[in-house]
Amino acid sequence: MSKHIVSPVVYIVIFVSLMLGTGITIWAAFQNFGKFNIVIALAIATIKATLVILYFMHARYSAKRTQLVIVCSVFWLAIMLALTLSDYTTRPQQGRWASANTYYHA
Amino acid sequence: MHRTGELYGHFETLEQQKETATLGMWIFLVTEVLFFGGLFMTYTINRRAFSTAFGIGSNTLDIGLGGFNTVVLIMSSLTMAMAVWSAQVGRKKLVSVFLIATLGLGTVFLGVKAIEYKQKFDHHLIPGHRFDMKYHPAHPMAGDDPKEMALEKEEVDKAFAVDPDINAHGQLYFSLYFGMTGLHALHMIVGAGLLIWLIRGSFRGRFTPQYNTPVEIVGLYWHFVDIVWIYLFPLLYLIDRHR
Repeated sequence: MSKHIVSPVVYIVIFVSLMLGTGITIWAAFQNFGKFNIVIALAIATIKATLVILYFMHARYSAKRTQLVIVCSVFWLAIMLALTLSDYTTRPQQGRWASANTYYHA
Repeated sequence: MHRTGELYGHFETLEQQKETATLGMWIFLVTEVLFFGGLFMTYTINRRAFSTAFGIGSNTLDIGLGGFNTVVLIMSSLTMAMAVWSAQVGRKKLVSVFLIATLGLGTVFLGVKAIEYKQKFDHHLIPGHRFDMKYHPAHPMAGDDPKEMALEKEEVDKAFAVDPDINAHGQLYFSLYFGMTGLHALHMIVGAGLLIWLIRGSFRGRFTPQYNTPVEIVGLYWHFVDIVWIYLFPLLYLIDRHR
């Protein structure tokens, strides 16, 4: 529960991991992974965010109902993003949009 | 309201009071998650539609300054977490030290952001009638070697050929860039205000192992703002570097 005190060693380990993540994400941005560049960037960002939430924000040591609120918020956000994207990604491309895309995705 | 020391009358114990405050703060942060989530969605959809303009726009951002700011912000999260720890173990002096360090790093972040905004003004990249993506090569940094500059100029010219409306679509990118980083900076400014309030409290020795809820709560907010930047940095700065 909230009586738990996270030690500075844990904080420093998390800090170093976050720095490493930042380094990797910058390195990966300059490699050409095609379509996967964005996936890799978001995956690293999500890992970093999870570390911040679990340790810096003490979510791992919080009350169960606080953890429930956190999980629900992420889940709800995922629903909103998925539904919105499923609309936009299935619309027929209009001429002007298609031409704007050619350069990168041809 | 009835109050005994730091314990308000409607709570049984400080422990219960802290748990309630933490839950309340998280519920506020949930609304913030959805608020920024909507902005990220807007960015994603427009980036998909106008990838050429967004790619060129993204590549004009200074990766050095952006990367430096990422490091500064993560460091400020560390000092904030250390301030919470200092309060929990009753090191009152250290609480002030770490809070001041956090405020200092936050201020550095905002200063660097101001430099970046200034660059965008100088390069006619502020949405409005003077906006022109053609004005500058992709990396507007002093001391770039001419060969690379020529390559980048070619890239921009090619982009103009592919997307004749690139100046309209580019303004969309920069509107989102200024909107999202501006709202993030606004959150930092609010956070700085909260930190000043905490620092005043810490000078009076207000935070103890028994009562440190304000440090913990402001910490949650500060880390949340850090998380927003963790997503903003790759999405705004790094998306089109690999060509």
